[in-house]
Amino acid sequence: MYGRLPIVKMLAATVALTAAICAVMVPINWDGQQASTAAPKIDDLLTVMIILSAFVFSLVMVMLFYALWKFKAKPGDESDGEPIHGNTRLEVAWTLIPTIIVLFAGGYSWKVLDEIEEPVKDPLTVEVFSLQYAWSFGYPGKDMAWSEGELHVPVNRQVHFKMHAQDVIHSFWVPEWRIKKDNVPGITTTAIVTPDKVGTYQLICTELCGFGHASMRAKVVVEPPAKFREWVASLDQKVPEYLSDSLGDEESSLTPVGTGGA
Amino acid sequence: MTAAIKRPGWTRGVLGALFAGAFGFGLVIALRAISDLPLYETEQTGYPHVVVPLILAPLGFLAGFGCFDYWLRWAAGAPTIPEDHSQHGAKSWKDYFHFNTDHKVIGIQYIVTTFVFFFIGGLLAMLIRAELAQPGTQIVDAATFNSLFSTHAAIMIFLFVIPVFAGIANYVLPLMIGAPDMAFPRLNALSFWMLPLAGLLFISSFLAPGGAFDAGWTGYAPLSTGAPLGQSFFNLGVQFAGASSIATALNFLVTIITMRAPGMTFWRMPLLVWANLSTSLLVVAATPFIAGAQFMVLFDRVLHTNFFEFAAGGDVISYQHIFWFYSHPAVYIMMLPGFGIISEVISTHARKPIFGYRLMALALIGIVVLSYSVWAHHMFVAGMFSWLRVPMMITTLLIAVPTGIKIFSWLGTLYFGKIHTYSTAMLFALAFIVTFTIGGISGVMLGMVPIDIHVSDTYFIVAHIHFVLFGGSVFTIFAGIYHWFPKMTGRMYDEKLGRVHFWGTVVGTWGTFIPMHWVGMDGMPRRVADYATQFGEWNLLISVFAFMLGAAQLVFLYNMVVSWRFGPRAEANPWRANSIEWQVSSPPPIYNFDEIPRVVGGPYEFGIPGAKHAIMAGEAHEAPAKESTVVGST
Repeated sequence: MYGRLPIVKMLAATVALTAAICAVMVPINWDGQQASTAAPKIDDLLTVMIILSAFVFSLVMVMLFYALWKFKAKPGDESDGEPIHGNTRLEVAWTLIPTIIVLFAGGYSWKVLDEIEEPVKDPLTVEVFSLQYAWSFGYPGKDMAWSEGELHVPVNRQVHFKMHAQDVIHSFWVPEWRIKKDNVPGITTTAIVTPDKVGTYQLICTELCGFGHASMRAKVVVEPPAKFREWVASLDQKVPEYLSDSLGDEESSLTPVGTGGA
Repeated sequence: MTAAIKRPGWTRGVLGALFAGAFGFGLVIALRAISDLPLYETEQTGYPHVVVPLILAPLGFLAGFGCFDYWLRWAAGAPTIPEDHSQHGAKSWKDYFHFNTDHKVIGIQYIVTTFVFFFIGGLLAMLIRAELAQPGTQIVDAATFNSLFSTHAAIMIFLFVIPVFAGIANYVLPLMIGAPDMAFPRLNALSFWMLPLAGLLFISSFLAPGGAFDAGWTGYAPLSTGAPLGQSFFNLGVQFAGASSIATALNFLVTIITMRAPGMTFWRMPLLVWANLSTSLLVVAATPFIAGAQFMVLFDRVLHTNFFEFAAGGDVISYQHIFWFYSHPAVYIMMLPGFGIISEVISTHARKPIFGYRLMALALIGIVVLSYSVWAHHMFVAGMFSWLRVPMMITTLLIAVPTGIKIFSWLGTLYFGKIHTYSTAMLFALAFIVTFTIGGISGVMLGMVPIDIHVSDTYFIVAHIHFVLFGGSVFTIFAGIYHWFPKMTGRMYDEKLGRVHFWGTVVGTWGTFIPMHWVGMDGMPRRVADYATQFGEWNLLISVFAFMLGAAQLVFLYNMVVSWRFGPRAEANPWRANSIEWQVSSPPPIYNFDEIPRVVGGPYEFGIPGAKHAIMAGEAHEAPAKESTVVGST
C-alpha cells in the first residue's frame, strides 16, 4: 500500500531540503577561529554531522508535512484511517539504517579523537594550576618558571598541558584550539594541543567554580619559538610551594586512547 | 483544639513538624553539650543544629498529617481503622488539601502542585534571562545568579518534569488498565506529600545564611561539599523528591503487573502503560544512586566523611560517576512517559492504529537497557579514564536508534490516517516530533567525543537540554494535560486560547533555544552571569524570546483555571478514543468502574469494523456488535 505514496517525489523533496539547509549551514564558521591542528579536524567532523543531520531532519520534515497535507481529515469527516498496523520491512529499515549512520559517526569520531590526541616524541610540557579564580602556569627548565594570568606557548609545537586544581574543579578551554579539559583536585589531567597560529586568545574556565567563575579567564599568547624562549627566560618567579605540592599528584590514566594508561 | 490535634490533618502536621524539628535541635545541642563541644557549629558546611531538624521536621509533618497512621497502628498492634472510604474522592476543592488515597485525587494534587513549581521555576528562568539580556551584571550579583540557575534547574527537574508525569500517569494509568485504584493507595498518598516538602526545602534555602544552593543542579563535589548551608537544603530536598519518585515507581510496577483488567495482556497495553512500566524500571534502579550521591555530599559536609575530600584521600570524580549513573537514566525518566503520551494523542487524532506497536514497546525497553550504559558521556572532558570514552560514545550514539524508531513510527501512524488538528494536544504532539528531532540531533553530536570536547559546558549544552527537556518533555506534558483535561475536570478547555499558547510556546522555544547553540559553539560558556560583549546581541534576542515564552505560559494558566471552573461540560469521550479511561464518565466515577471491564483487543484498533478494546459493564458480553467501532460516542 505504500506503493501509493509518491516515494520518489518525497525523496527528491528530502534531498532538496537537505541541500538547502546545507547551503546555508555548511559555509558558516560555527566554532569561530581555528588556531590548532585539532580545530580543522573537529570542524570537518562537525560539517559532516551537519550534512547527515540535515538529511535526517529533512526526511522527518518531509514525512511529517506530507502526511499533514495529504491525510488531514476534511471538516466533518468522522471516519477512521486505514487499519495499518505496521510494515516489517519498513521497521527493519528504520532500525538498521540509523544504526549504520550512528556507527559511521562513532567510527569517524574515534578516528578524529585518535588523531587529535596522537602524542609526538618531544612535546613541550606546561603545568597548569587553577584555583578560585585564577590561572597560573609553570614552564619546563631547571627551576620551573611561573607566570600568572598569562599563558605563552610556541607555535607549531605540540604542548602537553598537565593540569592541577587546588580547590574545586575548573575547566581549561581555549575555544580557538577546540580543546577542553577539567582540572580536578587530587589528580593530574592532561590535554594535548598543537597551536598552529600566532596570536592572542583567551583561556576560559568552563566548569562552575563559584561566584568568580564567569571572570576566571587568562590571556593566551601563541608566538614564534624564539620569542617564547625569551619570554620564559624573562620570568623571574618560580612556582610557589602551595602550587608545586600538587605536582606530585597521582596521574590519572588520561593519556590518549591507544597509548596506554598511567 | 484537642480534637484537631488527635485527628490527622494540617494542625497535627504542623505540630508534628515543630515537635520533630525541636526534638532534632535539642538532640544536637544536648549531644554537643555533653561532648564538651561549642553548642553551635557555624562552619558554613556544618550547622548540625539546622540539618538534623531539616531531616526530622518533614518526617514529623508527614506523621502528623496522617501519612503513617494506618501502618503505625498496625505495627503497634493497635486496631487499624477500617477503611470507610472517607479518604476517597474529592467533593470540594478543600479535599485536595488533605491526605487522600484516591488515585484520581492524588493525580490532580500532583499535577497542580508540580505546575505551581513550574511557574516558580519559570519565574527564576525569567530572572536569569533578565540578567543575561546584557553583558555585565545588572540585576543580581554573580553569587545570586549561581543560586538562580541552580534552583531553577533543581525545581524544574525534581519538582516539575519528573513528578508531573507521575501525576498524569497516576490519574490515567489505573483507568487505562481497568483497575479501581493503584496497588498501594496509602503509599501513593505518601509519595505525593513528600513532594511539596522537597519543594519547600529547595525554596527555603534562599533564607539560609550564604544564600540558596549555588553549585548547579549537578552539585559537583568539591564545590558542593564546601558550599554554604543552602547546599544541605538541596541534598535533603533531593532525598524527599527521590523517595517520592521511587515509591511511586514501585507502585506503578506492581499496579501494572498485577492489576490489569482480565484480557489485558502485555501486548494489549496502551503505550502510555508501557512507557510508565519502562520509566518505573529506570526509577527503582537509578534513583537510589542520586539519593546516595547527595547523602555522601551531606555526610562530607556535616560528618566530615571525606568521600570526595581529595586532601583526605577522597575521589572527586567518583561523585560524577555516581551522579550521572542516575542522572543520565533520569533524562529518559523525563522522556519515556512523554513518549507514551505522544503515542496516545497521535493515534487518537490520526484515527489510526500505532504503526509498529510491538517495536514501539520494545524500543522503550531498549532505551531502558541502553540508558544504563551511557552515563560517562557527560564526563568526556572530566578527567576520567580515557579508555571509557569510546565505548560510552558508541552506546550513546546507539541509543539514537530506538529513539529514531519511535519518531518514524509516529510518522508512520499519520500515513493513511484521518488527521485532526483541532485539539491543542495534537498540535503539541506534532510540534514535539519536530523539536525533539532537533534535540536528538544535537544529542548525537554531543555524543561524539571530539565535538563534545569543544562544546561541553557551553551554551550548546544549555540549548540541547532545553530542546529535549522543554521542546521534548514539556511539550509532551502540555499534550498530555490538554488531552486528558476533559477527563480529569469534566470540562472542555478553550481551543482558541490553546492555540495562542501553542504558537507562543513553539515560537518562544525556537527563538530562545536555537541561538543558544550558536553562541555556545562560538565560545560562550554556560553558568556565567557575565559574558563577552560579542554575544550581547544574541543574548538580548534570546531574552526577548524567553519573555515571550514565559508570557505564553500565562495564557495556559488562564485557560486551565478558567476552563476548569467555567468551561463547557465534557462528554465521556470527546476525542473518540478507544482506551478504557474514555469509556467512563468525565470525570470518572469515584471507584472508576461499577464492574471491571473485560479487554478483548488492542488499544488502537481504529478503522477495523467491529473491533473493540474493552467491554464495559452494561454492554453486551457477546461478540462485539458491528454497528459501531467508536465505543462510547453518542
